[in-house]
Order: sequence, then structure tokens, then C-alpha cells
Amino acid sequence: MCASAKYNTRGPALIPRMKTKHRIYYITLFSIVLLGLIATGVFQFWPHSIESSSDWTVEKRSVHDVPVVKLPADSPIPERGDLSCRMHTCFDVYRCGFNPKNKIKVYIYSLKKYVDEYGTSVSNTISREYNELLTAISDSEYYTDDVNRACLFVPSIDVLNQNTLRIKETAQALAQLSRWDRGTNHLLFNMLPGGPPDYNTALDVPRDRALLAGGGFSTWTYRQGYDVSIPVYSPLSAEVDLPERGPGPRRYFILSSQMSLHPEYQSELEALQAENGESVLLLDKCTNLSDGVPAVRKRCHNSQMFDYPQVLQEATFCVVLRGARLGQAVLSDVLQAGCVPVIIADSYILPFSEVLDWKRASVVIPEDKMPEMYSILQSVPQRQIEEMQRQARWFWEAYFRSMKAIALATLQIINDRIYPYAAISYEEWNDPPAVKWSSVSNPLFLPLIPPQSQGFTAIVLTYDRVESLFRVITEVSKVPSLSKLLVVWNNQNKNPPEDSLWPKIRVPLKVVRTAENKLSNRFFPYDEIETEAVLAIDDDIIMLTSDELQFGYEVWREFPDRLVGYPGRLHLWDHEMNKWKYESEWTNEVSMVLTGAAFYHKYFNYLYTYKMPGDIKNWVDAHMNCEDIAMNFLVANVTGKSVIKVTPRKKFKCPECTAIDGLSLDQTHMVERSECINKFASVFGTMPLKVVEHRADPVLYKDDFPEKLKSFPNIGSL
Amino acid sequence: MQTRKKYLFLTFLASWLLLFFFGREQLRRFTFFPRRNVAVRRSWPRWADRTLLHSFAEPWELQGSTDTAQPSPRARRVAQLSTSQGSRCRMESCFDASRCQNGFKVFTYPREHGEPMSESYSKILSSIERSRYYTPRPEEACLFVLSIDTLDRDPLSAHYVRGVEQRIRSFPLWNSGRNHLIFNLYAGTWPNYTEELGFDIGHAMLAKASFHSKNFRPGFDVSIPLFPREHPQRGGQRGWLHHNSVPPKKKYLLVFKGKRYLTGIGSGTRNALHHIHNGQDIVSLTTCRHGKDWERHKDTRCDQDNVDYEKFDYQELLHNSTFCIVPRGRRLGSFRFLEALQAACIPVLLSDGWELPFSEAIDWGKAAVVGSERLLLQIPSAVRCIRPERVLAFQQQTQFLWDAYFSSVDKIVHTTLEIIRDRLLPHRSRSHFLWNTLPGGLLALPDFSTHLGDFPFYYLQHGSGPSDKFTALLRAAPPLGSLSQPTLRLIQAVSRSQYCAQILVLWSCEKPPPPSGTWPQTAVPLTIIQGRTKLSDRFFPYAAIGTDAVLSLDEHSSLSTSEVDFAFVVWRSFPERIVGFSAWSHFWDPEQKRWGYTSRWTNKLSIVLTTAAFYHRYYHSLFTEYLPTGLQELVDSLAACEDILMNLLVAAVTKLPPIKVTQWKQHKEAASQPVKGTAAGSSRRFSQQQDCLNQLVDWFGSMPLVSSQLRLDPVLFKDQVSVLRKKYRYLEKP
Repeated sequence: MCASAKYNTRGPALIPRMKTKHRIYYITLFSIVLLGLIATGVFQFWPHSIESSSDWTVEKRSVHDVPVVKLPADSPIPERGDLSCRMHTCFDVYRCGFNPKNKIKVYIYSLKKYVDEYGTSVSNTISREYNELLTAISDSEYYTDDVNRACLFVPSIDVLNQNTLRIKETAQALAQLSRWDRGTNHLLFNMLPGGPPDYNTALDVPRDRALLAGGGFSTWTYRQGYDVSIPVYSPLSAEVDLPERGPGPRRYFILSSQMSLHPEYQSELEALQAENGESVLLLDKCTNLSDGVPAVRKRCHNSQMFDYPQVLQEATFCVVLRGARLGQAVLSDVLQAGCVPVIIADSYILPFSEVLDWKRASVVIPEDKMPEMYSILQSVPQRQIEEMQRQARWFWEAYFRSMKAIALATLQIINDRIYPYAAISYEEWNDPPAVKWSSVSNPLFLPLIPPQSQGFTAIVLTYDRVESLFRVITEVSKVPSLSKLLVVWNNQNKNPPEDSLWPKIRVPLKVVRTAENKLSNRFFPYDEIETEAVLAIDDDIIMLTSDELQFGYEVWREFPDRLVGYPGRLHLWDHEMNKWKYESEWTNEVSMVLTGAAFYHKYFNYLYTYKMPGDIKNWVDAHMNCEDIAMNFLVANVTGKSVIKVTPRKKFKCPECTAIDGLSLDQTHMVERSECINKFASVFGTMPLKVVEHRADPVLYKDDFPEKLKSFPNIGSL
Repeated sequence: MQTRKKYLFLTFLASWLLLFFFGREQLRRFTFFPRRNVAVRRSWPRWADRTLLHSFAEPWELQGSTDTAQPSPRARRVAQLSTSQGSRCRMESCFDASRCQNGFKVFTYPREHGEPMSESYSKILSSIERSRYYTPRPEEACLFVLSIDTLDRDPLSAHYVRGVEQRIRSFPLWNSGRNHLIFNLYAGTWPNYTEELGFDIGHAMLAKASFHSKNFRPGFDVSIPLFPREHPQRGGQRGWLHHNSVPPKKKYLLVFKGKRYLTGIGSGTRNALHHIHNGQDIVSLTTCRHGKDWERHKDTRCDQDNVDYEKFDYQELLHNSTFCIVPRGRRLGSFRFLEALQAACIPVLLSDGWELPFSEAIDWGKAAVVGSERLLLQIPSAVRCIRPERVLAFQQQTQFLWDAYFSSVDKIVHTTLEIIRDRLLPHRSRSHFLWNTLPGGLLALPDFSTHLGDFPFYYLQHGSGPSDKFTALLRAAPPLGSLSQPTLRLIQAVSRSQYCAQILVLWSCEKPPPPSGTWPQTAVPLTIIQGRTKLSDRFFPYAAIGTDAVLSLDEHSSLSTSEVDFAFVVWRSFPERIVGFSAWSHFWDPEQKRWGYTSRWTNKLSIVLTTAAFYHRYYHSLFTEYLPTGLQELVDSLAACEDILMNLLVAAVTKLPPIKVTQWKQHKEAASQPVKGTAAGSSRRFSQQQDCLNQLVDWFGSMPLVSSQLRLDPVLFKDQVSVLRKKYRYLEKP
């Protein structure tokens, strides 16, 4: 390689001298490379062909072709479930380890068919739902195929429905799983537990220490913090598409759609209907169905026939009574229809109750309060009913609608127990997207009035106006609560003045030199800022008195989560142009304050620098404008609160700015600022700014009171 | 020749590049060929016949049981009540809810003379007696609390009360413990510390500290925190977080300083704590020195440990650390837990199996890191990974929880009672959100509403706002039975406000109100409510108040329409506060060692008179239902005390000052007139008011009032601009 380069540089004169030796050398090299390529091409094909063909057969295999395992009659049976099991006693956390992703690894045993000594099968090999559930786990990021790295094991033995399996033999099948080890870290999914006559509320299959995701737990069988309560899946969810119905009054107030209720419940419901008439609708199965109509999709009241589950959408409240089992599939249908479930099943552990706040989506009524049901439900405020309807639908969409949703929620709950410091919050579990969108969670939610002694740090952003800067520094240093002054020197071409030239002030003064002339430098959370309060001030703001600044700080202490500033601005909706408009006239309202002179919490610097949505930060730096509007948007969006404007208005202009070209500069400025508002509103997806009609003045401002007794006499003088 | 060489060279380069790009993957595969099968993920197979599989259950199995031979539900419930055993108690099986038909009332057994009682237990009993649920009559009680001190059930302890079993059996009300609540802080004894109480509690509920989840009967027992003997009865100290520093880091990341058990239960965790000590940002110090014979078990580390131990001060560590390790002691809970919570030092719990205090209501995942004793060594890296914004939220949540539920015995006991009460009426109980959001479950009454949008606190989280109209509530008690001219003018002015929905006149006079014809004609409905003559009457939650905002008025108030309009617009921005016109300011009088307040013009304010103020109607409910009747009687007996109580109540709830808005000058002077008077009567009234303030502060346990230095004015108030541009121009007319 190096040799050829040498020739090249020598130029054309040397070319004729090229020898046959060289030519052969090139040709040999070329053919080697060619051979290499061909070989690669071959490799490309043959390993692939094996792989894909093997995949192909896996894909196309039938569940009936899986290996058969014969269970000897005397093979071991696990112990019954241990009621005292908790994560710290029965679960082996060492298998899960500490990993930066905070995700558990789940292994699924391969599918086998279990038969007893006589060749009779132990259970149905696998049901459609269980297959969907395992597929979902396998497709999720929890899945691992490496049994040695797994933290949680999911047997492929289907125990969703206890009626379809032989208890003892299923237990034996579990016990012979390769990593069973008394069921440690094994997870079983069951939706229909127990059997006649006494219908246990947890799976009867002996399972030792295995965790149970069960669909009908009572408080007696549920091991809080160990088991997971799951819904009973309703296959109708996949069959019927019920579009979400908007909130609002529905035809029936209470609806009962369950078939074959206990006669005692039936009579109580009938009494309720007799008392309240039309608004209560009781449905039962249809007796006179013609052939071919599936009985599960029809309900009747006397001779009137209704489509199920569509009829659920006609009711505000839908009764979910316990049957022989506590968990009822009807709950899923009811939620899907956006009907508020009225749960009457004493001691029932509601699905995913560890994380879901059911009080927001349902009404739980004790069984012996059933006669009072109507009046209880009447006392629920209308607005709350609407929210419950929305919440019910959201629970169905997020956690009930498919086996996948059920599987993933279950795994997430177990995952959160193992990595509690990375757990999903209450809001993430419970708030429907619409609420997540419209509500705010203030990062500074604790009502604190910070101690005055802390003081504030003034940050002056400057480029080269040294003279004016020095005046600002001198003025600001007179404010009693100033604790530090930080000058952000945004000019890379020029050095800041020498130390000796700076004004001598009573507080520490620090100059920070920036790498680039960006507006966002003003909002960087510098380590030098040691106070909570930050005063951002431009290097030309010299018309604020010391009293005004001190008062501004006192106001900020009372509203530490807001922007507290001096010049106020307003955004308006321009009906002609159909967009937002920026307004700086003498208005009766404010929605923004300019950060040329404003107090705010240092936390917002952190937010501005690291959490600003979209490309706003770069956009502002590129346009060299609107950093203050961006800050107003950011704070209003995260706190949901308005700004506080302090003290009367004054002409907030430096004399030299107006001198250039007053009017036209002003107009382009206004257009640009309006553009900013429109741009930010579209990035935030909403208009977070809040309009208010008040400003803050000292208690005795302009009152007929001796000036010398006022705390802040010098307000509005400049 | 030249071109050929160039081409040759180019082809050569290109083929190398090609080989590099396409061959790389292949070559790598080729070299690792034997391991290739492992690298390919074997996922769950897509069965060819997966769509033909049967459903897990037949439709009839899911939609209705055919088994009609089920036992009667009523019989089942009765059987549950009669056959249940103490260890498997649940509300529906061990608690007789029918006793609570007349409301939730708590009875405490009368205390017997000479009965040994610890300070803590007597505080618990007086907390119950101070609460609004207390009843002295057992026949109307729903819940019973023993007067026998059951807090310390360690037989080796000096406070252990003997013969409890025989005594409770002799109580006619005992009824095998049904509907009884037993408080306990220490159970079991050395060496195993099983949670043995030493007597049969039967069907009684247990409110116990250091509960192990295996003994905890969910939905029946209540886990309470371990609190020290000197824990205040009421009020309580504030948390130590005074400001939210950013980044939320303190000097140390993680600290522990405490005893190390050399043997026995709980020693495993405490013996391992020194492993994570790094001497810089993680300080974990243990001492072997405790008990009488520690030297006998002493190990090789002890001497060095004891030396290091003395180098750090516990309080200093508590104040200056972001996280605090709260490991189990002999029992699961420790004083350390509340100490860390108060100090805003985020607790890192190492106490496997501990049912955390009030776990039924409190979401501890927002305020503490629940670690596992087995994974102690992962704790440092786990807490380092927590993002600063979460740390900030954690710190604030510790302070909220401390102040809402733990800072006094009153709060601990009242939280216990409210949790039990919520179980009895599940449809009228607090959601998780109410318990875990400011101002907390004790101050959010589910009797008022269960809808978030009805309270003044949750508008932002809920994404809604207060209603855009207000109800004016005028309390009239004219001595002559007829309204004066200024009062009629006030009614006119208020009714002209564009935001006024209705006017309610609370007629608190013995004489009947004037006939309807003599009332001024108003654009909004005017309703007269016949009230009693009590002063606290004005804060009764009248059903007629249909709006979120209430404008409380007095017949002596004087307001203009502009003032009302502006104040209401301001209130909508601060719906949780009192927004009003006339303000007073409180102060501590060091000479007399008592609180005082002044109605003079000062630079500060902390009380806004409710004779002309906007506030949320929820405060009517809070005032009437939350405050015990004793306090309301006090208010009725003292002049102008109800004003102060309302201000104290709202300040205690919000921790924020009230808001004063612009008042037209002339009104202002009129309003401050009466107090300026030197007549003997008014000065006596004023001293009565000072008295009222001090008595109320005593009840709250601390001074809840917060001072403000600002007043809210219209944006253009008194600005140098044409008066025509001003929306509230009538506020500045001379």
C-alpha cells in the first residue's frame, strides 16, 4: 500500500517503467480479494439457510406435536401453597441481580404434553389465552431464553382454569420442571380457581412457594406483596369492538347483566327495581333463543331482548356481583363499556389492587348494604361519575383488554417489587392519558416560604456594555438580601475587564466566561448559584430601585415556584389570523414577565437546560430571541400557575435602544415575539400561560401612611 | 497504462471495502460458529394451529355459574361472623358494622384510679377524647378503646401491665374483643421478639408498631409508627426542610449511626452495615456498646468501631444527609424512621417484612426507598442512581407525610381512626390520591365529597378550576330587626357583580326577618336563611351554597362592585386561600409571653377578616365537621373569635398566608374604625380576642398563621396612564 502511494506521487514520468512483476503483484492481490468476496457470499447463504429452515419448522409446528412426558404415579407432589410467603422469605432475589436497566429476566419452559401412567393427558395442552400470554412475555423485554440468567420462571403448563386440569397430576408435572426448586421464583397464572362445591379462592393445585397471579383472590388467600391479583379475562374483549362512548347521562342508572345470580341476590335486585322502576334494568339469559344465536351475546328482560355486551353502554352503573367465584369476567366487559362497576363481593381483592386505585373507577358496596345501593349511587356527584366512566374505560384499555396487557402488568408489578427505587409511580399506573395531559404535578409542591437569610444570587448576562453593566452591579449590590453576583460574560472575542476595574461591592462577585454567545447561558444552573432564588437581570436595567428589588425577593419567597418579575407582557388570541399574538401595551392583564429582571427558583434553570421540550432551546439560541418567553412557558407548564408581576409599570427601555429606529424595530420585534409564542405553543402542544389581572404591591403601597414607616417606601419612583 | 493502473488500484480498494462491509459480520459468525446457536434468541414458538386452540373457559363458565346449589350469601356472612378465628379476622368477619349505623363514634373505657399508665398511652387516650369521634356513651359507640395500657407488652419491661387477660374478660363490653381497638408499640421479648401480646385479643383490631406482614391482618389491623415518649400531644414540630436546594444534595449521601447487635435477631443486618461505609459520602457507623454484657460477645471490629463511632454526631448526620438507612432493630420498626422523616433525610428501609406505618393509606414508594436486607451491598449504587428530580420530590414528600400524619400523637391516632372509618363506608372513603397529596387525608373530608374537583386543593392536578360564580353570604343580626341603609347598599353593590350567582342572607336575629317586599330588588336570587344566634353559624355548610366560592359578608361591611369583581378574579387564582380586604397581623409578645395581634396598619398581614372575604365553600364543611364541638363552643362565647379560627384553620391547612386585595380607601377607614375606639366595651372585646387567639393556638399546638408582605392590586393600579384604559378604575377614585 505504502509503495503504490509513493509511485503516485512521483507523477507520470515513472509509469512506463512499471514492470510485469508489479502487474502480477496487482493481479494476484486482486484475485485474492475476489476470492475472499466469493467466499463471503457463500457464507452469507449457507448458515442462513439452516437457521431459517429450522425457524420455519418451529413456526409451523402444531401444539399436538410437542414432546410427551409421562408422569409416574409416585412422582413427587409439591407442598400446598405457603400462606406466610413474602418476597423476602420465599423469593430468591439473588437470581435477579442488580442491573442498570432494572428489568427482571423471565424464562418460559418449553411446551410439553403431560400424561399419566396410563397415557391419559393431565390437562389440555395449552389454551388460546395462555398461548397468547406466553407469546406476549416472549415478545417483551423481560424475556430471556437463558435459563441460567432468569430471575422468574413461567411454566408452560396451563393452569388458567382449574376445571380443565387434574389437580394432583398437574402438581406432579410442576414438580418435575427442571428449575422447580420448591417453586421458588416460579409464576403461575390462574383465572378460574377452585371448584364445586366450596370454590376455593385460590388455585387448588399444590404449588409450594410459587407466586400466583390469580383471578379471584379473597383477603384470606391473597398474600399481600407476594401474589398478584389479576382480572378474569373476557374473550368478548377480542370479539366485540365497543367504541368509547363520551361521558354523559345514559339510559339506565343501574344495570345488572349477570346470568344465574344467586336467588337471594336476584330478589334483592328485584326489590331495588320495584322501588325505582325504569332506571334499574335487570337482565337474565334468554329462554326463547332461536338456533344459531349465541346465548352469550344476548340478554333478556321479560320478553325484551338486548345485545350483550353493547347494552352495558346504556347504563351508568353496572352491578358486578360475586358468583360462586369472587372474580367475574363481567368486570372486564363492564369496564370496556365505560360503565362504572358497582362491586358487591365482600373480601374480593380487585385486579391489580396493589397499584390501581379502584376508588377512582368503581364503587365498592358491602354485601349487606345492597338494599341501599340506589341511594349510595345517587350520592355520587355527576362530575365524578363522568371521571369514573373515563377511568373505567382506561383501566380496561391498559390492563384488561388482552392477555398481553394482563401479562405485562403482572410482570411490571413483580418487577417494581424487586427494583422498588425504579418503580412506576401511582400517576403512571392510574392517570388516563387525558389526565396526564391536562394535569400538572408541580416539582416544588411543598408549601414552603424559604428563609429570608438565604438571600438571592443575581445573574447578569452581558456582552460588551461594560459601563452599563457596572452601573447595574452597583445598583443591585445595594439590595440587602443579595448574597452573590454572577456575571455571565457572553463575549468570546473580548476579555472581561481586569479585576481591579470592577466596582467594589459587599458580596462575592464572580465572572463566568462562556464558550459560545448563547442566550441559554443565562439559564444554566451554575454551581456558583448556592441560593434557591435567582435574580436574572439584564446589563441595562438600571431603573429598578433597591426597595423594588428587595420587595421582589420578598414576593418570590411567598411564591417560590413562580416567576416573579417586573415588566409584564401578555399573549392574546388573534381571531383574524387565528394565532397567538404578543402584546406589550398597557394592558389590564399579564401572562408573562420579562426575564430581563425576574426572580425565580434555581430548579427552573435545571429544567431549562436539561428538560426543555422539543427543540426550543436550540431554536432560541439560533434566533437569539425569546429565551424569556420560553422560560415563561416552561414554568407555567410545569406548575400550572401564573406569573407574579411586582410593582407599577415603568418605561422599560434603555435610551440607546429607542434611538436606533424606534417604530420599525419595534414592529419586527413584535412579529418575532408573536412567532415565538406560536412556535412554543405548538411544541408544548398546549398554551400553558395563565392570564391574571393582578400584580403584587407592598401592603401599604400608595396608602395614606407615613412613608418612613413603610417597609418599601421607594417603589415606582424611577 | 496509467488509466489501467488507476482502475486496478480503485478496484482493489473497492473490493477491500466491500469485503470489509459485507464480510465483517460473516467472518465474525464464522469464527464463533460453535456458539452461534446460543446467540439466536429462541422465543416462544408461533404455533401453526394457534388460532384453532380452545379458549381457557367455556362461555357459560365465564358468564354465569350453573351451580345454583351455592349456599345462601346471607347464611355465609352470618357463618363468617360466628366461626371466625382471631388470627384470620377481617372487617366482614370480625367487626360488627351494625354498631356504626349512627355514625363513627369511639368510646374509651373510663380510667380507673391508680391505674398504671404510660405517658404515651395517656396521650393516645386524650387524642381520642379530643377528636370529633369521641363519645362518652358506650351504647352509641362503634369502636371501643381500652383504658388498660397495652403499649408495652414486653414482660421484661417496667411498663408491662399484668393480669390484662383476666381484667378484660370481666368487662361486660368486651364481647370477645369485637369492635375493640388495641394499641401496642412493643410486643414480644428477648430473644425472639415474636409479636406476642401476652393476652388473647380475640376479635379486636390491633394498631401496632413494628408489625410483621405475616401477622398483619390486611384491611383489619393498622400499622402505626413507633413514637417516642416525648412525642407531642398536638401540633408537633415542623419538618427540617426549609428550602428546596438544587441540586438536592447534602454533604453526605447515605448515613447510619447506631447500635450493632452482636448476636440474636436483627444482628445479621446491623452487623453488615459497616461494609458500605466509605468515610466520604457514605457514613455507616455502628457501636457494639449496648446492654450489660456486650464485652462478652465483642468481636475484633468492636474497638475500632467504637472509636469511629464517637467521631460523628447523630444529629449532624441526620441534618446533612440525603438518605438515611433505617434498618430493623430487634423489632422491625425504630424511632429512627420518624426521625429521618422529619429531617427530610429519605429513609432507606432495611427491615424485611415490616408492614409500613399506615400502609393501607400511604404510598411509601414516594417518600422512602424500600430496600431489602439481603441486598444491602446494592444500596449505595441504587441510591446513587436516583435522579435529582426524584430526590427533590422524595424530600418534599417526607415533609408532607411527617406534617400530615406523624408529627404529633393526635395525628397518629386520628389517622388510625380515619383509616378504620374509611373501611366502613368504602363508597365514601378517601382515594389513594387524597391520602398522598397535600394537605393529606385528615384534612380532606370524604363526607363533603369524593370528587377531586369539589375541593380547593386539587384543581391543578385534576386539570380543572373553580366555578366562575360566587355566592354571597351575608350574616345579618340587626338589633332592631330591620336592615340599615348601608347594608341595603351593600346588597345592591354585590348583586351588580357580574360573577354573583346568588345572595344568601343568614338572619341571625331573634326578630323575624322583614317581609320579602322590603328587600332591595336584585338581579340575582336573594334567599333568607333563618339562622341561630350563634357566631359559628356563619360557617355552617348550608346546602344552598351552590358555588365553589363564598363571599362572606357582615351587615357592617361596605364594598363596591369593582372591589368585589376584582377580589373574585384574584380568588380564582388562589382558590385555597382566603382573599379579602381588611387585614390584621399577629405577633409574639415577648413580655407577656403570648400571642397578640394588631388591627393597625402595618407592613405585614396574616389574618384577613371574614366579614368581607372570598374563600372556598369547603372551608365551611371543614370548620363545622373537622373542628371538635368544644372549639366551636369556645368561639361562640368570645367576640370575633370565629374570624380568627377560620384564618387559623385555613392557614393550618394550606401553610400559606391569606391574600389581601385593593380596597377603596374610604372603606378602609370605615372598616378599621371600631377597633380604634377607646370605649371600655370595645377594648374589652379586643382583649377577649387576644385571649381567643391564644386559646386557639393552644388547641392547634402551634401557631399556624403565616405572614405576608404583599397586597394584590389591579395590574394598572395608580399607574400613569389614562383612567379609561383601566378595567378597575373605580378602585382608585378619590
